[in-house]
Amino acid sequence: MILKNLLEYIGIEPGRVHFSWISSAEATKFQETAKEVVSQVRELGPAKRLVKDIPMEAA
Amino acid sequence: MNETTQQIRAAAKRLLEEGRVDCVIGYAKGTVPMQEQPYFAYTPEEAENLVWTGFCTNNLANFLIRRSGRNAILAQGCVSRNIVGLIKENQVKREDVYILGVHSPGMLDAGKIKAEFPDKVITEVEEDGEEIVVRGRGFEERLDRKKVKRNNCYTCTHRNAVLYDEFIGQEGPQTGGGDIDNVAAPWESLDPDQRWAEFESTFKDCIRCYACRNVCPLCYCDVCFVDENNPQWCGKGLEEPDVFTFHILRAFHCAGRCTDCGACESACPVGIKMRTLTSKLEKDIRELYGYQPGLDLETPTPLTVYRPNDPDVAE
Repeated sequence: MILKNLLEYIGIEPGRVHFSWISSAEATKFQETAKEVVSQVRELGPAKRLVKDIPMEAA
Repeated sequence: MNETTQQIRAAAKRLLEEGRVDCVIGYAKGTVPMQEQPYFAYTPEEAENLVWTGFCTNNLANFLIRRSGRNAILAQGCVSRNIVGLIKENQVKREDVYILGVHSPGMLDAGKIKAEFPDKVITEVEEDGEEIVVRGRGFEERLDRKKVKRNNCYTCTHRNAVLYDEFIGQEGPQTGGGDIDNVAAPWESLDPDQRWAEFESTFKDCIRCYACRNVCPLCYCDVCFVDENNPQWCGKGLEEPDVFTFHILRAFHCAGRCTDCGACESACPVGIKMRTLTSKLEKDIRELYGYQPGLDLETPTPLTVYRPNDPDVAE
């Protein structure tokens, strides 16, 4: 929460970063969370902040 | 020479003569004006070089890390809080350090003083009570001390050392008078785009000299994440995402530990205001966990313990 607050404080869009506590026994929760993360991030579109473009040949 | 300087020298001399400590860590006059330097006095004669001025902005707690022998250390409020933190984090043994507590009058910001005299070279600054006398070639002017204090010193809440073996002089007022909540986390009221714009403009000038990290008594990892090569967490150049990543993580590593001593900002050669980030963390930790770093040796640092009723336990 502290890190998420900090990232949102510097302008990373809410919904871009997700944190969740999921036990290895909680398959359903994992699936639901993954779906939610994907849909929220898809809504926001490609990230423009803190993105570093590395040319393919250098990577 | 001010009274506190005399008292510090006398105490340091006595401790060294009696053989109670091997070294007294304090400040000596810097080689350039407005920047005192950390100083290690090993003999009673060397103790004569110690000074106490408004430019003692380095956090001496930094020098206790990985240091052998018995050391005495001069500690104003913030430094003493960092010593408490280091003891809690098992970096310093309480019995190995003799703390000379002192009251901080609020330290001065060399950058602000220089800004008052844009075209002049300052050669000497003398403190005279609530005023300072700034001298250079062909000029001498007096300034109100309050106007040129460091930002973090205005909102200080613990000017007296919180833990000490001996107190130098008299304890003074605890606060700097300002309210931290009026200035902490300055970008909170902005929308994400404005926040990012502010963040970019604040940190884009960073040259990654790492002075902020090196003066910080919280940064004592054997290998810092920015120096590590395998894996390389973060690029080493001046590309903005790498520069920003360094600052975000440097600040985050201070969460629940930063005492707002301001050494990072004082050390920065390009005048970056790192407290825009650390003040947000300090505020969150205070509001979410009711914790202020370094006030006692017992309370555990919030991010080192788990409680079922922690505010950030995911639903």
